Amino acid sequence: MADPMKIRATLQGDAADIRILMLHPMETGQRKDPKGEIVPMHFIQSVVVTHNGKTVLDAQWSQAISRNPFLGLRVQGAKTGDKISVTWTDNKGDKRADEAVVAAPS
Amino acid sequence: MNQLRRNFLKLSGAAGTVVLALCAGLIKTGEALAATWNKAGFESKAVADALKSLGAANPAESKDIVITAPDIAENGAVVPIAVTSKIPNTQSISIIAEKNPFPLTSTFDVANGGEGYVSIRIKIGQTSNVRAIVKADGRFYTAAKEVKVTIGGCG
Repeated sequence: MADPMKIRATLQGDAADIRILMLHPMETGQRKDPKGEIVPMHFIQSVVVTHNGKTVLDAQWSQAISRNPFLGLRVQGAKTGDKISVTWTDNKGDKRADEAVVAAPS
Repeated sequence: MNQLRRNFLKLSGAAGTVVLALCAGLIKTGEALAATWNKAGFESKAVADALKSLGAANPAESKDIVITAPDIAENGAVVPIAVTSKIPNTQSISIIAEKNPFPLTSTFDVANGGEGYVSIRIKIGQTSNVRAIVKADGRFYTAAKEVKVTIGGCG
């Protein structure tokens, strides 16, 4: 199982500001290891973010996303306590799902 | 026994090709389901091909798309990019780094209250335009911003 994500969701007005940090090597398939062998591609292909069970963002990524990807988005009509869940899938079929609740503005 | 295996491999190979061809056809017409990874687009090496895979061969320039990116990125491996679309009914945002070996970096479909805004960190191989493609009401709009890269991030 992959490492857990860090998800922070805070209310700003009537929209939730969501920041997600995933831990993933995001190998491009172009880098060589010290032995001179190409490190095979390994990257997150799909990320789905839901707000109270409804999909708000469906992302498709290539290997050009930086290592340990950061993703920021905003969801309108969110309230404190709403559930945000994030699922990613990589090109090797590995998956990780994590949840967070929308927090009140600090 | 061996002959059987060969036949089987041949058959499965042929079936695989058909499936691939079907997928390519679907993606070209721009009707691929959001859940299908845009293989053709992500593997195309030219910006024009990437645009075609999105169904956006001739997007209109728009000032309602704001790309927030550094003018000079010291480290091409981590370049923060934010795209804000003020176009009503924004359905999807794609980000293209024009001179990357594979220019299309990502596509974000938004729905159900998801705003036309994404923030992401991408790798950029060399100084190039970063282009955002926005789909709104079935039409395509675009904007670009140049990012100078000191150390490339694709190696």
